[in-house]
Amino acid sequence: MSRTWLLLRRRLIGSVPVILIVVVGTFFLLEAAGGDAVDAYAGEVGADAGLIEQLRQQWGLNESPLTRLATYLWALLHLDLGWSVAFSRPISGLLMERLPNTLLLMGTSTALSFGLGSLLGVVAGARPGSARDRVLSMGALVLYAVPGFWLGLVLALFFSVQLGWLPLAGIETIASGLTGWARAADIARHLVLPASALALIYLALYLRVMRSGMAEVWRMDFIRTARAKGLARRRIVLRHVARNALLPVVTMLGVQSAQMLGGSVVIESVFGYPGLGLLAESAVRGRDTPLLLGIVLLSVVTVIVVNLVVDIVYALLDPRVGAEAEGAR
Amino acid sequence: MSVLRFLRTPEGAVGGFLLAALAFVALSAPVLFPGDPLAIVGPAYLHPFANPAFPLGTDSLGRNVLAGVMHGARTSLVIGLAAAFAAIVVGSAVGTLAGLFGGVVDEVLMRITEAFQTVPAFLLALAFVSVVGPSMGTVVVAIALSAWTAPARVARAEVLSIRQRDYVAAARAVGMHPLAIAFREVLPNALPPVLSLASVIVASAILIEAALSFLGLGDPNVATWGTMISEGRNVLRSAAYLSIAPGIALMVTVLAIYFAGEGAVEAASARRIAS
Amino acid sequence: MSGPLLLSVRGLGVRYRAEGQSVEALTGIDLDLHARERIAIIGESGSGKSTFGLALAGLLPRGSEVSGSIAWPGLGAAPKPGKDIGIVFQDPGSSLNPVLTVGEQVAEVCRTHLGMGWRRSYARAVELLDRVRLPSPEGIVRAYPHQLSGGQRQRVAIAMAIAGRPRLLIADEATSAIDTVVQAEIVGLIRELCSADALALLFITHDIALASGLVDRIAVFRAARMVEIGPAEEVVSAPSSPYTAALIDAHLGLDAA
Ligand SMILES: Nc1ncnc2c1ncn2[C@@H]1O[C@H](COP(=O)(O)OP(=O)(O)OP(=O)(O)O)[C@@H](O)[C@H]1O
Ligand SMILES: [Mg+2]
Repeated sequence: MSRTWLLLRRRLIGSVPVILIVVVGTFFLLEAAGGDAVDAYAGEVGADAGLIEQLRQQWGLNESPLTRLATYLWALLHLDLGWSVAFSRPISGLLMERLPNTLLLMGTSTALSFGLGSLLGVVAGARPGSARDRVLSMGALVLYAVPGFWLGLVLALFFSVQLGWLPLAGIETIASGLTGWARAADIARHLVLPASALALIYLALYLRVMRSGMAEVWRMDFIRTARAKGLARRRIVLRHVARNALLPVVTMLGVQSAQMLGGSVVIESVFGYPGLGLLAESAVRGRDTPLLLGIVLLSVVTVIVVNLVVDIVYALLDPRVGAEAEGAR
Repeated sequence: MSVLRFLRTPEGAVGGFLLAALAFVALSAPVLFPGDPLAIVGPAYLHPFANPAFPLGTDSLGRNVLAGVMHGARTSLVIGLAAAFAAIVVGSAVGTLAGLFGGVVDEVLMRITEAFQTVPAFLLALAFVSVVGPSMGTVVVAIALSAWTAPARVARAEVLSIRQRDYVAAARAVGMHPLAIAFREVLPNALPPVLSLASVIVASAILIEAALSFLGLGDPNVATWGTMISEGRNVLRSAAYLSIAPGIALMVTVLAIYFAGEGAVEAASARRIAS
Repeated sequence: MSGPLLLSVRGLGVRYRAEGQSVEALTGIDLDLHARERIAIIGESGSGKSTFGLALAGLLPRGSEVSGSIAWPGLGAAPKPGKDIGIVFQDPGSSLNPVLTVGEQVAEVCRTHLGMGWRRSYARAVELLDRVRLPSPEGIVRAYPHQLSGGQRQRVAIAMAIAGRPRLLIADEATSAIDTVVQAEIVGLIRELCSADALALLFITHDIALASGLVDRIAVFRAARMVEIGPAEEVVSAPSSPYTAALIDAHLGLDAA
């Protein structure tokens, strides 16, 4: 356990500068947009010069940039992300309302893509170069080229518009009054299409990583040993080859979490799914830069947390992780 | 020689053919469809194959879908290539400096790289374009802003391994300036593995551009596939072809790039085995 | 010293086929091996020693062509690797699966070939680790390969090789990657196990001196052929082929240096 703990501590310390850099970056973007926000606001409500000046005062636009950065950091430390002009609400509350929905979508598609993708990767990698392998690898490449949002549209067209099997948009039936399991089932039905659209692309990726990992592991000495031990082919494929090839797939899971979060923005927009992505789209439409950057910051924190979890899982799967650190103590 | 080897792999042949066809489409678009592809040229909602003048039909305003798709190829390819070029140039520069100087420089540059990698690429692009305003240029910068990290990491790793080799030591011995060593001796040798990322970077740049314009953040003055898909989305029930046609174009383009990339990797590994 | 005939090889030839090219790895090999007999295969790199071992175990890669005959009068059926033949390979660093416990890797052989459940297989694994003289085997079953030394890993590999109660042990340069002191211990262990379990041994090595102290007979391979075979002392003291003589000279020269 101590080996995992050491690793966690190292990662947590390492993520502090990352978060600081991102915060400074968002601050600059905020600065660049600052004037616009006042102008946009003024343009919308038709404010006069006096009100504009008052707004500038209120938003601290007349102070030195360094002071403003300090104020910004101080506010962030208190989880105060500012006020959303588009929704007329505090940003942090909005984010906390939408985050669970996005996590649900991401979790579902990750489970789908990782599970199915690595499973099919095992099927393909069980005999590298076989017809089955070539069909699956090629299919994965084609799937990987499909733009997620367009796939979403096509799925929606087919399964909702034409067949009417699944709901077209939203996260649950509005004002249905459903509770308990019935409500969960309703949400699950709403999740099918967006989660599939998001998952299919990553499914292709995990399939390919698993497959090429297995092709590599087959050439290793310890596989020759396993064959010399006369183990059943099934056991060699699953317990020796796939078990080792799983490691790079898990690594990929962490690497891709940021991309998946980005991809969910468009998918949520396609399906009107009320998560952070749809919120980001509203922020763009409402020219609400503080809200948009709040979403960026929350995404970064989410990505860091997901990567921490992935690191722990990896350490559980690979006994060699952190062996040096432990030895050095 | 190596081009031949590339074309002899199945992926290379398919990818090469498709890319050539795409380049032809992109180059011939202004000749075949001179004038603004966004101009209204006919009746609205003409279905595909109904009128020989509009093989892919017309959209809700009466714009020629085929002209849009062909001009859209131009936009996609230009933005994809420009963003990938910028990302590779910036990334290899950063990676080379980090690898060559090591120490604090390396630490700082790698932290920055890590920070950029932690921000979802699409959200970063979205935020940047929405603050700066949409145009071809800003979209290119927005995409390159997150795409440079992979080349930076690869370049750094390459430089770290090249740094120890003889010719670098020789250049140092004759008193070459470290920066001259970096960009004349080390970078050219570190470049091939970095360039092998090109296909993936171009493909993802094209996909990000499409997603941006799908959300209304593309350059409003040019035809883009993302915008076309987005406009078709409102009439999915009655005129699905408006979203389908540009979507297929987008998919074929990305697929062609992946195939070409696979072909190049295979051709390169074939050469390694042969030599 | 040796018992009834275990294995009879006649006119064995092996060709590898890779990317349109075909490599002749063995031709016209004749060899009889008796139960409890120990035989060494020596020869330069690429002479076909490993190929011979793999051919006996039926582990040649797909696409390789085998001619001649390999009969197992002592078994009465085609041998099963792991059950009838145990193999120990050269590099103990890479021949164990890095992500599975030592215990699982030994126990899976018992489970596969001895029809035991997991619980009994693990108990058997502890016994086997004890037999190969690993300290505190109860702890080592739960260890991973990277936590062991090179010599310890090779002991684990030997435990895996004898776990299925084989009749023949093939050690393919099993001691080449280990330092000299540990090498002697491993050779001692192999000798002891072969005697105790009445195992026949095929000891593949570069080291003719190491071999001569361990085996009854020595076979010398060169460029896919067997150039000489005879009792160990005879081959060492009065080699019939000039190649063997050169091999011995080279080895003595190396030792003198
Ligand atoms: N899988 C294979 N495919 C093609 N050729 C092979 C293969 N394995 C071995 N060879 C070739 O067969 C010949 C004999 O190889 P083998 O491994 O049996 O030699 P060896 O005597 O064990 O050598 P070493 O002492 O280096 O282990 C060599 O020329 C080798 O290159
Ligand atoms: Mg060998």
